[in-house]
Amino acid sequence: MLKISQLHKSYKIGDSSLHVLKGIDLAVEEGEMVAIMGSSGSGKSTLLNIIGMLDEADSGEYILDGLPIKNLTEKKAAVYRNKFLGFIFQSFNLINYKNALENVALPLYYQGMKRKERQELALFHLEKVGLSDWAHHLPKELSGGQKQRVAIARALAANPKLLLADEPTGALDTKTSHEIMAFIQHLNDEGKTILMVTHEEDIANMCKRIVRLRDGVIMEDKKVIQERAEQYV
Amino acid sequence: MFDLDLWREIFQSINKNRTRSLLSGFTVAFAILLFTILFGIANGLKNTFKQAFVDDADNAIFIRTGRTTKASKGLQAGRRIQFKNEDFNYVKDEFENDIEYITARLYRNVNASYQGEQNTYDLRAVHPDHQYLEKTIIQEGRYINFNDLQNHSKVVVIGRLVEADLFSKTTAIGKYINLSGIPYKVIGVFADDGGDDEERRLYIPITTAQYLYGNNDYIDEINLTYNQDLNFDQAIALGNSITTKLKNRFGVSVSDQRAIRVWNTAEGTKQIDVMTSSLTVIILVIGLGTLIAGIVGISNIMIFIVKERTKEIGIRKALGASPRSIVSIILIESMIITAIAGYVGLLIGVVVIEIAGPSLEDYFITNPGVDNSLVFGATLTLIIAGAIAGYLPAKKASQIKPIIALRND
Repeated sequence: MLKISQLHKSYKIGDSSLHVLKGIDLAVEEGEMVAIMGSSGSGKSTLLNIIGMLDEADSGEYILDGLPIKNLTEKKAAVYRNKFLGFIFQSFNLINYKNALENVALPLYYQGMKRKERQELALFHLEKVGLSDWAHHLPKELSGGQKQRVAIARALAANPKLLLADEPTGALDTKTSHEIMAFIQHLNDEGKTILMVTHEEDIANMCKRIVRLRDGVIMEDKKVIQERAEQYV
Repeated sequence: MFDLDLWREIFQSINKNRTRSLLSGFTVAFAILLFTILFGIANGLKNTFKQAFVDDADNAIFIRTGRTTKASKGLQAGRRIQFKNEDFNYVKDEFENDIEYITARLYRNVNASYQGEQNTYDLRAVHPDHQYLEKTIIQEGRYINFNDLQNHSKVVVIGRLVEADLFSKTTAIGKYINLSGIPYKVIGVFADDGGDDEERRLYIPITTAQYLYGNNDYIDEINLTYNQDLNFDQAIALGNSITTKLKNRFGVSVSDQRAIRVWNTAEGTKQIDVMTSSLTVIILVIGLGTLIAGIVGISNIMIFIVKERTKEIGIRKALGASPRSIVSIILIESMIITAIAGYVGLLIGVVVIEIAGPSLEDYFITNPGVDNSLVFGATLTLIIAGAIAGYLPAKKASQIKPIIALRND
């Protein structure tokens, strides 16, 4: 599904450069649910962004679903992002002047789907996250948990192969976090491959595999016994 | 290709971000509004200048006589100079090639009456060419012609207001009116743009007046228009040449300013030309200034809008928007706002001018108005400027990595 080898990334800060990723090797199979952990500055978000094609690596190999991701034009990157990837952000990143339904339908718009079709599909996904009654509400009228569920519906709308979540529970309280995690686990049960960045141990333990980063290298990569989130809800 | 979804996206963005849309629209509308009003007022001023000279032909030369102020060629000062038919013919023959129309004038004041109605009017005895010199507009009947001159016909062309004064119940054409005891047949009624005074005049053939009032061949004044193809300098030279030749003919000192007076409209026209062209320059400067202010305004707003939308751009890119779709959504939105706002500004400007126009005549502003094509041109300029100003930041925004755009909180 996903294979990374000897990935390097550094950022320029003034005259000096900061080496964030120092040769990452990682392989993720289909249906896995991986937590990437590490303290801030460990490079976990950078790694996720590179996997999400939101950022580019300096060197190394990245193969997604058999396709080498290298030197993509912006246009091609846009197509790949749309086709392969769904994003869930810590700050939800919904477009504030679009209602829930329109936000969910946006990736389908960029796929070139017809208006009626994509509205039906978007509504289907909203229903899946339990928000079909809120379809015509603006993000500001929704709670944090609801916003994240809209974001999840949006990430799922284009039926991506890989779901990327950057601290998906970072802005939520514990109860809501567990609800969201239960939902994400459910998606994984259905076969979706999920990659998430978190620094919370309990959230990480709800995944099936934990990859720990420190100073730009992988310290530990182990399978764990998944803790179900439902028990806390 | 017409992409309905793209337009939906754009109109939603305009509609849902009303403050932003209104603010940017306001700048453009205001620029176009100012542009329209300033241009309208300036055009009104120009019209006033022009109108002041439409009454008479603008290529006319008037030759009048008076008493000599200087002794010359053995003749004393204080001698009265009197034109006669032979002088008229002399000018006509001497300057034949340069003259377009020429007429003599004889002034009288007459008491005109018709069936009990009566009034006093200025009477001018003239040649047929006078019609073109004075820009007399014949409303009914005809003007004086060559036959009238030949036959010393007792015919009269009366002003529109004379007809209104004397013929309250009937039309004047064909009736006989009494001018200080002599009956004249009314052959024409005229109008004149010069105002009410001009329309309270009577015109009769010069020969008739000479025969009836004094039985001589005296002339009070010679008026002519020069050929339209004479340029300004040639027209001035013609006037000077006429002055010199007539002074010589009457034995008047060259430096005598009163005996023979030649008034050449070319001199006045020149001043008006300078005036209107400097006015045009002022108008252009004002218009250009307003436009530049508008362009600067729209550029600032575009940069601000792109900045404000950076995060949205990041989200869209993460969801699979191509750079091109980002640029086009921003550009088309700004162009729509500019076009609509420009049109609104134009509309308001035109309405303001339309309403305020008539009351501005006291301030020497006549018929203020703007060429529509000019305003459309101005709006188009703003649209293009807005597009260029928006394109660069939009292009830049579409190329930044989505992760940087997303980080921008």
